[in-house]
Amino acid sequence: MPVLETTDLTIRFGGLTAVLDLNIYLEAGELVGLIGPNGAGKTTVFNMLTGVYKPSAGTINFCGETLCSAQHAMLPSLISMKGIARTFQNIRLFKELSVLDNVKIAFHQHVKYSLATSFFHTGRYAAEEKEIEKKAIELLQLFDLDNKQNEQAKNLPYGEQRRLEIARALATNPKLLLLDEPAASMNPQETQNLMELIRFIREKFDLTILLIEHDMSLVMGVCERIYVLDYGKVIAQGTPAEIRANPKVIEAYLGGENIA
Amino acid sequence: MTLGQQILQQLINGISLGSVYALIALGYTMVYGIIRLINFAHGEVFMIGAFVGYFIITLFKLPFILALIFAMIFCALLGIFMERLAYKPLRDAPRIAALMTAVGLSIFFQNLMVYLKWIGASPKAFPRVIEITRFEVIENVYLTSDKILTLGVALVLMLALQYVVHKTKMGKAMRAVSQDKDAAQLMGINVDSTISFTFALGSALAAAGGILYAVSYGKIIYNMGTMPGLKAFVSAVLGGIGSIPGAVAGGMLLGITENAVSAAGMSMLRDAVAFAILILILLIKPTGIFGKNTREKV
Repeated sequence: MPVLETTDLTIRFGGLTAVLDLNIYLEAGELVGLIGPNGAGKTTVFNMLTGVYKPSAGTINFCGETLCSAQHAMLPSLISMKGIARTFQNIRLFKELSVLDNVKIAFHQHVKYSLATSFFHTGRYAAEEKEIEKKAIELLQLFDLDNKQNEQAKNLPYGEQRRLEIARALATNPKLLLLDEPAASMNPQETQNLMELIRFIREKFDLTILLIEHDMSLVMGVCERIYVLDYGKVIAQGTPAEIRANPKVIEAYLGGENIA
Repeated sequence: MTLGQQILQQLINGISLGSVYALIALGYTMVYGIIRLINFAHGEVFMIGAFVGYFIITLFKLPFILALIFAMIFCALLGIFMERLAYKPLRDAPRIAALMTAVGLSIFFQNLMVYLKWIGASPKAFPRVIEITRFEVIENVYLTSDKILTLGVALVLMLALQYVVHKTKMGKAMRAVSQDKDAAQLMGINVDSTISFTFALGSALAAAGGILYAVSYGKIIYNMGTMPGLKAFVSAVLGGIGSIPGAVAGGMLLGITENAVSAAGMSMLRDAVAFAILILILLIKPTGIFGKNTREKV
């Protein structure tokens, strides 16, 4: 059974059909790329998968459960609890909070204690707080950010903010991780490191990953399968080698022969 | 009475009044921080809090502290109710729509109070909950028991708020939502309940402010929330709207300034000075004392 499967997923904004009849699936442990020219609808797909947008038609199944269909749509916070996490194209950390708090907030949502418990400082609360802090620091260590845990997130250099965003997403304990242009504005060396990092976290956290990216060296380098989206429709799918040779993809990216 | 003693006495009076402003201002600033709305009905929550306290003390003969707690709980629920009914449907509407709704709610609550037979338009005497005794702090400088009560309760509540916002899961969720609503919900934070919680917290503090105000002034009336509500709004802007320490500092500063103006023999100008401060701060430093320079998001 696939971890994620969409059936005829469609979304319209007024007269514009941003995504039409999208049928994609991800098997457990797969690393799949979603590519396409600007405005093809890639981020819109992420927004539907995370519940931020409600699809006009179609269904999303995640681990055997229907996240949304024509009848109902799950709240984004609930979808996060089910195990889908994402990062953003333009980094969206909690800028004014410390690096550690950014990660702790994500951990926190998965811990059950009431406000009253926290107020009266019962043993359980203190123990859980400690546990969260410990886990958060361990996670930051993996991303080489533990020495900056008390800095405000906005003061980190760009590359570290990207890493922190991934760390924060992992803190929600996801099964499926959606990465939205993780290599945006990185130099080739940084992209190379990122590639290793993505492979590493997939093994370490037992993840299935869906990746949007414009950097072809990254996509071709790490993805096992690729979907190509153009004008909201899947125009091609296959292995990196197949995609490279697909004339439709070349046309979508470079324009057809009939265009001067 | 020397000048120094006079200044000290006015400072004490100012801080006592200021702590009430601060309690109300906290509600303004937290709600603004989380949904960018100036909740102009907040002064009415303050008024309703005072009335609830009044009825609990006079009808049920319960002690002050229980009246305070019940009024806070009542207003917390009122705050949640208000948000769900009036503001939530407008969350994606232009901000001016929610603002007009807030003004409308404020008028509605005042008139509702006049309409209710057992409340009406005439003022009611708030029962004496504490024997007024005077303590001489230093020569000629007095601290009265009602001021101690006001300061004590305000301080406890502010410390509790500080704890909730910085140490609890809900407080962390509040801060996350105020910074990025979408990212917060993708971390598993339920944005709706976080916003409700913020309204509940702010409204409970306003209720406490209402009762403390009623204790000091001895009477309550349906429109008692208007002026303190506006003053608290000025305090929140003065401190930097959206900032919790800012609301406290702004409230204190405004309380002290008002008392200084009165003490200088210009009590007619008290309110004028408060609003002159609002105009000045908007002209000179619109982000307030603790405010950050907010850039437009790209």
